[in-house]
Amino acid sequence: MTTIETRAAPPGPLREFWHYFSENTGAVAGLIIIVAVVILAVLAPVVAPHSPILTDNTAFLRPPVWQQGGSWRHPLGTDAIGRDMLSRLIYGARLSLLIGISVVAISIAVGTVLGLVAGFFRGIVEITIMRIMDIILTLPSLLLAIVIVAILGPGLMNAMLAVAVVVLPHYVRVIRAAVISEVSRDYVTAAKVSGASKLRLMFKEVLPNCTAPLIVQTSLGISTAILDAAALGFLGLGAQPPSAEWGTMLADAREFVLRAWWVVTLPGIMILVTVLAFNLLGDGLRDAFDPKLKR
Amino acid sequence: MLRFILTRVSLVIPTFIGITLVAFFLIRLVPGDPIETMAGERGIDPVYHAKLLKEFGLDQPLYVQYGYYLGRVLQGDLGKSIVTRAPVIAEFKTLFPATIELATAAMLFALILGLPAGMLAAIKRNSIFDHGVMAVSLTGYSMPIFWWGLLLILLFSVQFGLTPVSGRIAVLYYVQPVTGFLLIDTLMAGDFAAFRSALWYLILPAIVLGTVPLAVIARMTRSAMLEVLGEDYIRTAKAKGLPPLRIITLHALRNALIPVVTVIGLQVGVLFTGAILTETIFSWPGVGKWLIEAIGRRDYPVLQGGTLLIGTMVMLVNLLVDVTYGLINPRIRHTR
Repeated sequence: MTTIETRAAPPGPLREFWHYFSENTGAVAGLIIIVAVVILAVLAPVVAPHSPILTDNTAFLRPPVWQQGGSWRHPLGTDAIGRDMLSRLIYGARLSLLIGISVVAISIAVGTVLGLVAGFFRGIVEITIMRIMDIILTLPSLLLAIVIVAILGPGLMNAMLAVAVVVLPHYVRVIRAAVISEVSRDYVTAAKVSGASKLRLMFKEVLPNCTAPLIVQTSLGISTAILDAAALGFLGLGAQPPSAEWGTMLADAREFVLRAWWVVTLPGIMILVTVLAFNLLGDGLRDAFDPKLKR
Repeated sequence: MLRFILTRVSLVIPTFIGITLVAFFLIRLVPGDPIETMAGERGIDPVYHAKLLKEFGLDQPLYVQYGYYLGRVLQGDLGKSIVTRAPVIAEFKTLFPATIELATAAMLFALILGLPAGMLAAIKRNSIFDHGVMAVSLTGYSMPIFWWGLLLILLFSVQFGLTPVSGRIAVLYYVQPVTGFLLIDTLMAGDFAAFRSALWYLILPAIVLGTVPLAVIARMTRSAMLEVLGEDYIRTAKAKGLPPLRIITLHALRNALIPVVTVIGLQVGVLFTGAILTETIFSWPGVGKWLIEAIGRRDYPVLQGGTLLIGTMVMLVNLLVDVTYGLINPRIRHTR
């Protein structure tokens, strides 16, 4: 009986969203890849055959199993000091997701507040905030990140902070634009008339209605963060050896480009696939939130 | 019109001040004061240290110091490299053409492939070609280009032995730098073998650096073209019975190019980010590699001066794009 009733009811917003989202094969593929990477990252100690930093003195630069000289002991081969590639790649998923999520969390937290303030108070406050964001956007992103790391010193934490600063303007802009378009709506006026405080207006009334662009920007932001942090790692300014960060692994692998293709190609494939998945998801989310845009 | 240009130019001033502030504080936030930084790891006698502090005005309050710094910057004095003792601006001038040459080649590569691909994808919407272009461009957009460079070296240089691994020209050629652009200098000297060598060394880095702009341009051209193709005047042109090629090239493309040109201008910052990585991979002697090496050597004046120069350059290009955009599109000029 209840089933008939639910079928008759109009689709809820979540179901409607899923309907549009699931039409987009790319976005669904992105989501599946992300889920797989997350599972790998969470279960890393279980699924990884070896420790990511354990060196095997009997197997330096051992090729993957399907090539001559490879063995099932190290299915994807070993690096220059005998560490298992597969295990390092799996543990690398942990670091990259950690980087992506932390960076975006920092920039969302700071960006939301700055964007709300800029959108609400306008005038000199807005101009000051947006000018600072413009300056951050003017400097090439990697250059600014490098400058910040040069000041703070290389390392994973500092690299994450640097990338968070670099991506911050995007969040501030998205939130500010959403706030400005929302503030003139009737429901905000109604809340204002009924005596809601500025803080309540900002966080309780307007912010929940700005979540759609924020969610899209989150997915796209994670991909940028992973890519930029890997670039810093590659330049020796991000995560430091022996940590199994994909960019740092590539930096170590550079000198073996002539004789061990697997240490060079595999970490890059992981970066590419993960970043691509988040970009696919972001594009899919944007289309699903705004079906008009598709036409 | 003049008013429009003046407002845009005046907006640049706070940005420039911001960039100088970033550069100014860069050297002051690094542990140790600038004198210790300049002395490097050898250390410095405390008495001499105090004397130098006074001499450089470093005992003054920060805002006075910033005033001095801004004054020096405006006179073109960006300090000296700790390592080479050469003025930062002179080093920048000799290395910058290499970066420009690489970036120009990369942009040409991106345009030659990206514009037609985006156009065709829009015309043949939802075809296999369209889906292919979109898939490839999203992949290009997600590409970690430092890895892409290594991959291409692995494939073309190591596997096929086609292209050189790194550098800007084969060592056996010596070219007297006139413009600093090797392709132009070799042609001017009439040395065609050297020209071919320089071109050969340029191909892989240009492809690597051009990949992300290529993806962005293809995507942007496609969506701009799709938007224009839906306009009424295109329908009118079709109804008049104009040949499709004429509609596309004469009616649609001209309007579709406006947003594309803006995007191309905004790729300058992206190109520079890419140049840092590309130059590092291919040992390309440009400003990107110079800056990365400066970090390794803790050569802070170079990092400071380089950041300022590149920031200013990107800022000016953005301004130029903005003003040109206003010139070709009156609608922009008259809002605000």
